[in-house]
Amino acid sequence: MAMTGILRPGHVQLRVLDIDEAVTHYCDNMGLIETDRDDQGRVYLKCWDEHDKFSVVLEPSDSSGMNHMAFKVRTEQDLWRFESNVKNFGVETTRIPAEELNGCGERVSFVAPGGHRFDLYAEKESVGNGIPTTNPAPWSEDTVGMKAIRFDHCLLYGDDHDEEVRFFVEALEFELSEQVVDGEMQIAAFLSCSTKAHDIAFIRHGEPGKLHHASFLLGSWEQVLRAADIISMKDIPLDVGPTRHGLTRGMTIYYFDPSGNRNEVFAEDSYRYPDSPVLTWTADNSGQAIFYHSRTLVESFMGVVS
Amino acid sequence: MTHTITITDTEETFSCRETQHLLAGMMQLGKKGIPVGCRGGGCGVCKIHILCGTYETKKMSRVRITEQEENAGTLLACRVFPKSDIQLQVLGHLNDAVNTTKA
Ligand code: FES
Ligand SMILES: [Fe+2]
Repeated sequence: MAMTGILRPGHVQLRVLDIDEAVTHYCDNMGLIETDRDDQGRVYLKCWDEHDKFSVVLEPSDSSGMNHMAFKVRTEQDLWRFESNVKNFGVETTRIPAEELNGCGERVSFVAPGGHRFDLYAEKESVGNGIPTTNPAPWSEDTVGMKAIRFDHCLLYGDDHDEEVRFFVEALEFELSEQVVDGEMQIAAFLSCSTKAHDIAFIRHGEPGKLHHASFLLGSWEQVLRAADIISMKDIPLDVGPTRHGLTRGMTIYYFDPSGNRNEVFAEDSYRYPDSPVLTWTADNSGQAIFYHSRTLVESFMGVVS
Repeated sequence: MTHTITITDTEETFSCRETQHLLAGMMQLGKKGIPVGCRGGGCGVCKIHILCGTYETKKMSRVRITEQEENAGTLLACRVFPKSDIQLQVLGHLNDAVNTTKA
């Protein structure tokens, strides 16, 4: 079994200014399913094809942005091993007791060098994807809107880019899959803990701890175009797309949730193995790296974060 | 009800319905002047100062607009709904995140 250690992005906790507007956006427009609420007013959501109880937590707040992103590790031993890796790197950790988030096991929590909080956990209640595990149907009938399949990755902007990337590679055992470089300086890093083109990405920036986008998988380019229709039908603020990325090859569209947190839905991106070469884009070609067709950087896409 | 919004920096004017936020009114008419970002009160690029006029607001991210700023009429254009004609100054700008030599 090749896949050990950190398995995948498990959830993202987003701060939202109006919980009802946020639930409408993520459930009715994007097709996530509400699975729980807690006494802090947080709402738990999952995409239809995910088995674990939640992959998005919406937190009522005075500000927008990301509270934390969490990764699921394969075993409890992995959790303690990564805890000591993180400490050995020189980053402080704290333990968050099981059930602080409903249905989630004990978490190891830390703030990475770029100012983002990440949690690791080994256990989360499984509620299933609504399809029997014996003779399963290919898709669930209980999904609306964009029909997002799973929470896939985040792109984050932080102030200590080089250390944050080194931390993910050395302490969390991610591998670099693609990058944008300006001479010796890395501007963007796409990192994978799996065979996905990326499970997280970082862009060099001046402010710590910012969210560029939280991204969700769709099944096809046609589904991306359908998402674009929904964005216009429901008057959702569009950022860029539908288009194709050079980086990761994904077909994509970007828009904002009602609190100004950027979302992406995408399909048909690339894949990798541990022996795949690192793909490099040069800064003088970053227009094409980011938007393969227009080859032009979009100011709002580059400069707007929450 | 439709009101006239004037960006005093550029003398650009556009009309905006009471049910629309200022950025939506500006964008619908293809006008420019206030930077456009998330349109949800989260990113801060559409920061403006209202010089005169009455309005209603929706919640704005506190990391972008402090309570004092909000009380003094420094607001995010995507969270302001006009109740009269409005004159405003633009304060926000888009960061050029690609220009990493500044970072
Ligand atoms: S456009 Fe982002 S706060 Fe107004
Ligand atoms: Fe993405």
